Amino acid sequence: MNDEIIVSDSEIVEGAVTHAAVRRSEWLMIIAEAWRMRRTKIGVGIFGGIVLLAIVGPWIAPYSPTEFVAAPFSSPEIPKMWLGSDYLGHDVLTRVLYGGRTVILLALAATVIGLALGVTLGLITGYARRWIDESVMRILDVVLAFPQIVLTLLFVSVLGPRLWLIVLIVGISHAPRIARVARAATLEVAQRDFVRAAEAFGVPRRKILFNEILPSITSPLLVEFGLRLTYSIGLIAALSFLGFGMQPPAADWGLMINENRVGIVIQPWPVFVPVLLIGILTIATNLIADGLGRALIGIERDTGVG
Amino acid sequence: METVSAAGPTKSPEPEVVLNVEGLRIVLDPSGLDIDDDVTLVIRRGEVLGLVGESASGKTTVATSLLDYQRRGARIAGGTVEIDGQDILAMGPAALRAIRGGTISYVPQDSSAALNPALRIGLQLMEILEVHAFGASGAEREARVAQMMAEVLLPSDKAFLRRYPHQLSGGQQQRVAIAMAFANRPKVIVLDEPTTALDVTTQAHVLDTIRDLTKSYGVAALYVTHDLAVVSNLADRIAVLYAGRLVEIGTRDELFAAGCHPYTRKLLASIPDITGERALRGIPGWAPRPGKRPTGCVFTPRCDWAVDRCHEEFPPVEEPSAGRRVRCWRWQEVRAQAAELDIHLRDKSLSARGAEETTVISVRDVTAFYQRKEILHGITTTLSERRCLSLVGESGSGKTTLARCIAGLHPHKIGGDIEFDGKALARDARDRPRATRQAIQYIFQSPYSSLNPRKTIGQILSQPLRVFFDLSRDEMEGRMEKVLEQVALDSSLLSRYPDQLSGGERQRVAIARGLAAEPTVLICDEVTSWLDVSVQAAIIELLAGLQREMGLSMLFVTHNLALVRSISQEVAVMNEGRIVEYGGVDAVLEDPQADYTKKLLSDTPTIPAVTAEV
Amino acid sequence: MPPLLKLILIRVALGMLTLFLVSIVVFAATQALPGDTARAILGKEAANKARYEALREQLGLDKPMAEQYLTWLGAVVTGDLGNSLVQDKPVTELLARRVQNTAVLVLIAALLSIPLSLLLGSLTALRRDGKFDISVSIGSLSLAALPEFVTGIILILLFATQVFTWLPAVSRVDPTVPIYEQLELFILPAITLMLAVAPYITRILRASTIEVLESEYVMMARLKGLPERLVLNRHAIPNALAPAIQVTALNLAWLAGGVVVVEYLFAFPGIGSLLVDAVANRDMPMVQAICLIIATVYVLANLTADILTILVSPRLRTGLR
Repeated sequence: MNDEIIVSDSEIVEGAVTHAAVRRSEWLMIIAEAWRMRRTKIGVGIFGGIVLLAIVGPWIAPYSPTEFVAAPFSSPEIPKMWLGSDYLGHDVLTRVLYGGRTVILLALAATVIGLALGVTLGLITGYARRWIDESVMRILDVVLAFPQIVLTLLFVSVLGPRLWLIVLIVGISHAPRIARVARAATLEVAQRDFVRAAEAFGVPRRKILFNEILPSITSPLLVEFGLRLTYSIGLIAALSFLGFGMQPPAADWGLMINENRVGIVIQPWPVFVPVLLIGILTIATNLIADGLGRALIGIERDTGVG
Repeated sequence: METVSAAGPTKSPEPEVVLNVEGLRIVLDPSGLDIDDDVTLVIRRGEVLGLVGESASGKTTVATSLLDYQRRGARIAGGTVEIDGQDILAMGPAALRAIRGGTISYVPQDSSAALNPALRIGLQLMEILEVHAFGASGAEREARVAQMMAEVLLPSDKAFLRRYPHQLSGGQQQRVAIAMAFANRPKVIVLDEPTTALDVTTQAHVLDTIRDLTKSYGVAALYVTHDLAVVSNLADRIAVLYAGRLVEIGTRDELFAAGCHPYTRKLLASIPDITGERALRGIPGWAPRPGKRPTGCVFTPRCDWAVDRCHEEFPPVEEPSAGRRVRCWRWQEVRAQAAELDIHLRDKSLSARGAEETTVISVRDVTAFYQRKEILHGITTTLSERRCLSLVGESGSGKTTLARCIAGLHPHKIGGDIEFDGKALARDARDRPRATRQAIQYIFQSPYSSLNPRKTIGQILSQPLRVFFDLSRDEMEGRMEKVLEQVALDSSLLSRYPDQLSGGERQRVAIARGLAAEPTVLICDEVTSWLDVSVQAAIIELLAGLQREMGLSMLFVTHNLALVRSISQEVAVMNEGRIVEYGGVDAVLEDPQADYTKKLLSDTPTIPAVTAEV
Repeated sequence: MPPLLKLILIRVALGMLTLFLVSIVVFAATQALPGDTARAILGKEAANKARYEALREQLGLDKPMAEQYLTWLGAVVTGDLGNSLVQDKPVTELLARRVQNTAVLVLIAALLSIPLSLLLGSLTALRRDGKFDISVSIGSLSLAALPEFVTGIILILLFATQVFTWLPAVSRVDPTVPIYEQLELFILPAITLMLAVAPYITRILRASTIEVLESEYVMMARLKGLPERLVLNRHAIPNALAPAIQVTALNLAWLAGGVVVVEYLFAFPGIGSLLVDAVANRDMPMVQAICLIIATVYVLANLTADILTILVSPRLRTGLR
């Protein structure tokens, strides 16, 4: 054994500090540890800010997103049009304030679907008999063979640009990637002796999966959630950009970027502002995911817990 | 003509001091908490100094410091390390590189990790010669490599040298590491627990090799270990390290016969005695980590001799005799106490077989497989009521497999019959009736892996209670408290998490969990292998006591033959999937019949008998 | 059969199996889904029964699904990818030049990213936690997060329009002119792709280099007195190679999908932008063809990564797991 035996906090030494520190659950520890890092705080701040903007936006917008307020591609005029007008003469600021909701909502939905599916598959393949594991993994390999956007486009070509379809396919394309992480974590936990002990007592497999194994794998999954959210936002914005997401005349950041590209030299704002917002939103989610990831590594190292 | 002086024949002069360490201090980086402090020792030419310490003692950091190396996270903060008068710690990088591998070399604990998996071993052996400019030509170096391999009893043909480390066995890998260390005929060798990961038989061979080579080349050696028994046959002098402080140094005989420090005495008493004379006595508590070390003497919390002064000040170094050093306020009293008082004679009736008892578990002609390979061949044995049977063997002997089969934890093909109370047992525990699952309980080897880190101790203990009994909340709490009391733990632990407990405490919780089911059979699978010697002894004491009081039938699996007398009445010796010998513990150990048993007995390191001669 | 060969053949077989299943998915999505293909193609004209039936028969949609699949598969494997519904020319003909363009684009992006990532990955590992490491880390984090079209537009804004006007914002590659004469049209899209992929490769290279540098065998090499240069070159790098190869191949495989958005953004005539057009126009044969190509590239890239990893690790080479 190396020199790193863990010592109990309940010291039997008189005069030394004696705190019986009751540990909070692992979730909270990771979040607390991640919060200590500046990068996480920045990420949460930015993310919160943009989500707030997206939610509150429509209430504080000066005009309606389809209202004609000036000639197309007019330059900004304070205070009438802070950001100028877009290719059809709508107020850019208004459209920006309206345009965040769909991206964020759809991205969240897709991520949640992917996570639910992926974690379930990962748990099952990690703890089941070999043949179940092998066959499910082969099927997942097929989904993995398609880049996420290509898979989505494949189905859009047949069924048309439906929002529910996009959310579903993006979610499904996340599943195998998450399943891999969940499976690896499950495999590692499943061979630990406390799982064997539960088996020896005769606890049914299902209960073991939920009570013993799942709680032990939540930490890497928390990190995955952050990562997948980042990709979801990127994918869904890209799909709108390509014209397969929200359709005109709806206000959507991805769509706006594409619609107004043509006039980028004379009126860059309708392109630049959504680009900026999407950009810092994804950076923010990635910062949060990274903070959680580092917290996880740090805690594993300190407590010898995986 | 002989020189005779008035005082008698002159003693030959002592060999010169080769390694001189003074005031070595190593701290954690960046927190600055000390791992080791004020480490001072000397080693002479041809001498082996054993550095003995348990976990959290800081012995490995001392070892690498002698080559001025620390891992990330630790830093040498003070002191000097002189080899032939030159301070290594003050050297520049070029000089340091010349010294490492040349004047002082290192044998790692785990060669499977220390040998580069991507390079052939021939290359790894050759490069230490090349880097230190040995020989004038490739041919000369090759010849030397051949010589090195012969010295460690390994083949030196081209085919063998072309192997990768993973193609060698653990013992072979370790020998390669030893060959590399002796390659340049260094003045000092640091051996960092080189036999810990090896089987007893392999270990014996490797120790012989080390002994021969150090003697023939007159090398000063530091042998770091946690196992006093191992070092007692190899070391000339011994230094005892506790919580990063050297508490005693002396010759082997001096320390074994009359140690001056309470820790030394207690440590000796906790080493399993294969002759069965001495009872096993553990040291309560555990060694403190860096940052948790008490003010005053570090050993105070666990010391029987502690007085007020010990809490306040750390005792200075005192020299009872030449070359003997100790740090204890009451060392004279400690030394004066007769060695016999340390020894609690073992109650021999405990290992007596006694009258015939009813069979609880019978194993008949059991064969077990693992992925198509047969690993148990026709095992037949019985476990009687209120008896403890030890299953002894090296790794790969099948002892754990057999235990798992009986417990229903071996999910592979099994042939033959296993019966409990006369009824056949299902292969998988889940297929067994609840009463059977409850009656047979299994304690796992690793206390770090057998408790769910996400659950509190209370939740862990309540699992068997919920599965096997129908209890109210109050009743459950009552049972949990009772069971914790049985393993000498405080009920305040119920709300803690496993990582807040020490290794020994965790293992006690695991035992408590087994007891909570109110079993009649307890299977202990190498339950002390991961624990310090002093903690191990305490756990063995606990288990032996529980077995007696509760009348449990116990199956005790271990690789350490020396332990069996302290806990069991019967022993089955296993080798390569078969039982080679079976009988009463006293009978088998005093008069072994099988060759393998005899070999195992002779290879198991023992400490010298405690008849004081110094 | 030597264990090494066996190991590789198993991987290849699994790859083939995956490709087979991929083809089923592509087929099922485009021809077997309830959204009637013929109706989708005809749009309003589907009301015309005769035309509708004729098209169904022409597309072979009236036969049983399994037969349709086998016919289709047979055609694909022999190189017949059908005719584009938009231009009524063989798909293979329309793809030829485009595949070439995309291949060059991806190649340039790869050639840009690999050396850069290797350099940054190893440097940041060696100078861990220093200022350089931290700034590269922040940069990687940000670039890895940004969707490719965001990076692309920022580059356009910077280099092609508002700030500087060095490079063309649109990459209308002339099909009649050889590629090497139009390389500046490849630059911005290639850089965009590089910026999307390099951060990932850099991060993983850094992590695996650190792991190797902190390993027991590197410590042992130092304790043998080896000069640092030898420790790095002989002991560290060979062990960092396997994860390096794997991650590089996997990330480059990602490029197969990354081209879609980037080509569309820069109007680059490659298979990515063609896919977008084909999807918009419901040109099913084209969609099928491009999806198959992209998926095949992906699978082959993964297979190559696996095999290279095996060849580079002695432990796997000698057949042990």
